Amino acid sequence: MIQIENLFVKAGERSILKDLNLQINPGEVHSIMGPNGSGKSTLFKAVIGHPELSVSGKILYRNSADQQYENLLNKSPVDRALEGIFMAFQHPVEVPGVNNFNFLHTSFNAVCKHHGSAEMDEKEFLKFAESKLDLLGLDKKFLYHPLNEGLSGGEKKKNELFQMAVLSPTLSLLDELDSGLDIDSIKMLAESLKKMKNKQNAIVLITHYHRLLAEVKPDYVHVLVDGHIKETGDYSLALQVDQTGYDKWM
Amino acid sequence: MKEYKYGFVTDIESETFSPGLNEQVVEQISEKKGEPSWMLDLRLKAYRHWKTMKEPRWAAVNYPQINYQDIHYFSKPVQAKKTVQSLDEVDPELIKTFERLGIPLSEQKRLSGVAVDAVFDSVSIMTTQKKTLEKHGVIFCSMSEAIQNHGDLVKKYMGTVVPYRDNFFAGLNQAVFTDGSFCFIPKNVRCPLDLSTYFRINQENTGQFERTLIIAEENSYVNYLEGCTAPMRDSNQLHAAVVELIALDSAEIKYSTVQNWYPGDSKGQGGIYNFVTKRGKCLGKKSKISWTQVEAGSAITWKYPSCLLQGDESVGAFYSVALTHDHMQADTGTKMIHIGKNTKSTIISKGISSGKACNSYRGLVRIMPKAKGARNYSQCDSMLVGDQSRANTFPSIDVQNEQGTVEHEASTCRVSEEQLLYLRSRGLDMESAVSLLVNGFCKEVFKRLPLEFSVEAVKLIEMKLENSIG
Repeated sequence: MIQIENLFVKAGERSILKDLNLQINPGEVHSIMGPNGSGKSTLFKAVIGHPELSVSGKILYRNSADQQYENLLNKSPVDRALEGIFMAFQHPVEVPGVNNFNFLHTSFNAVCKHHGSAEMDEKEFLKFAESKLDLLGLDKKFLYHPLNEGLSGGEKKKNELFQMAVLSPTLSLLDELDSGLDIDSIKMLAESLKKMKNKQNAIVLITHYHRLLAEVKPDYVHVLVDGHIKETGDYSLALQVDQTGYDKWM
Repeated sequence: MKEYKYGFVTDIESETFSPGLNEQVVEQISEKKGEPSWMLDLRLKAYRHWKTMKEPRWAAVNYPQINYQDIHYFSKPVQAKKTVQSLDEVDPELIKTFERLGIPLSEQKRLSGVAVDAVFDSVSIMTTQKKTLEKHGVIFCSMSEAIQNHGDLVKKYMGTVVPYRDNFFAGLNQAVFTDGSFCFIPKNVRCPLDLSTYFRINQENTGQFERTLIIAEENSYVNYLEGCTAPMRDSNQLHAAVVELIALDSAEIKYSTVQNWYPGDSKGQGGIYNFVTKRGKCLGKKSKISWTQVEAGSAITWKYPSCLLQGDESVGAFYSVALTHDHMQADTGTKMIHIGKNTKSTIISKGISSGKACNSYRGLVRIMPKAKGARNYSQCDSMLVGDQSRANTFPSIDVQNEQGTVEHEASTCRVSEEQLLYLRSRGLDMESAVSLLVNGFCKEVFKRLPLEFSVEAVKLIEMKLENSIG
């Protein structure tokens, strides 16, 4: 689904990712672990096309098996989103005055339009959105709230999850979606991810806590230190990190 | 920046006075219009008083000294007649101009439900739908025509809301105004059509000084719309209009403006200086006046549509969206003067500033000693786009009795790259992202506009903001 080759990323003058390579296939769950400042979030931002990064190398992506791979670097964040790439932001920004429902409805229809499928009117979309809230066990208050405005840290994360459920992306990049969540909510998050996971999509998690990984059990765990992936393994690598930290790779 | 859509010039032969202003010019304007002597007397009184006045400089706007002797005070297309009975008498170039502006004047293409007074430079070209209005006793015509045919009404009301001593620009306007619209809605009549005036400046270095007077008699209702555009020119042009509204017992006037004068180019060259005095007097009991404005053009906007709430239980409202981009400067707001008992007023102001623009809200709420039980609610919100734009809020509150209630809320928010990235990363293109942000921010004002106007206004604001963001 996505092949990242020789990726170099700079923020201003600072080199953050240095010759990073990564492949993700449909149906897989990956976890990226690493100390603070190792470049995990930067990797996600490079994939969604953050305008403040300068990126070289290749990010090849295809939305489905019957498509050709295309290099994302020439594509705008909008096009990448429409092609099924979704990032749950570590710190979702507040957008006062914009109602969550209108926002999601516009976003959902933009994706439908892009794929040539039928758009939903307000009534249909309301039903659809409510079904997603039910699936996640989330409160209906999320629907008409101004986008992220005045929500607690945990609520903002739940709102990201809700958006993911509505947009059903092909590639989901979840940047510390579990931080700020209470224990019950982390369980809910894990359950929700399991429900959303299928053979066509892929999920990549950045997390500092073992709890979520223990529930979701990723297929691949990557240790990212100083802009390189130093080691890739299965779930047992996450256990190792949890016990001994990152010293070994630094 | 995308091109200002209305920036074209109509190539038409005009009769234009030489630049400069003195008593002879005032007399010549009056003579051109064949005015009665009382009108000339009023103009001259205003002119003499104006000469003693100083241009106000208290607004938060910067512009070079205006030389009032460099301005042409009168310009009209040679072909334009004083009054036209049918479209055949109007120069086809003018009809084409208004069609290009989206204001078709011909019978077949006219907007339904709206009567239009089309003003080109110093003169009114024609007023549509007059017959329909006459049936209901509604008078809607150019100010020049009103002075000729309804002199008693004009004489009775002109200057009673905005006297020539009021301020520098109102004084100038009273001396040299050239045309404008006159509306009279008789007692117990609900005006069957929306009334609309479209102002077009064409001639270079010409000042536009229109004067509009709307009188709503007891228990009548009118919805009035105003639109304005001008060609793109490197030099600045002065527009100093006066609008007076008078509402008698239980009458209601809704006045909406979409102002899109040429704002100058992206470097701040050219554009209209818009110094306008708009004021409504709620003279009668339970009368209502509301101002709704979308201010999206002009290099400088200096404008404070206000309400004098004289009748007991009268109601005033001001709903405003002011957008400034590039080097535009707007200092706009309102005054609500509560004089009668149990009078109410509402102020909702939304300022959007992007690029290097500056946007200020300036308001006064005054509750006079006899205005027992008066209430005001004010809300002033500013939205900043980018990191070089500025917003100011200057609210003044003056409560002179203990039974008045004044509430004021204000907020400022900044549209960040981060917000735009967030929206775009959910598949919204720049247009949809900006539209969501602006609609969310301005909803309360847009919903007050008549439907077609509202659609236009939303599009206009979105287009202007997209240019400055994207």
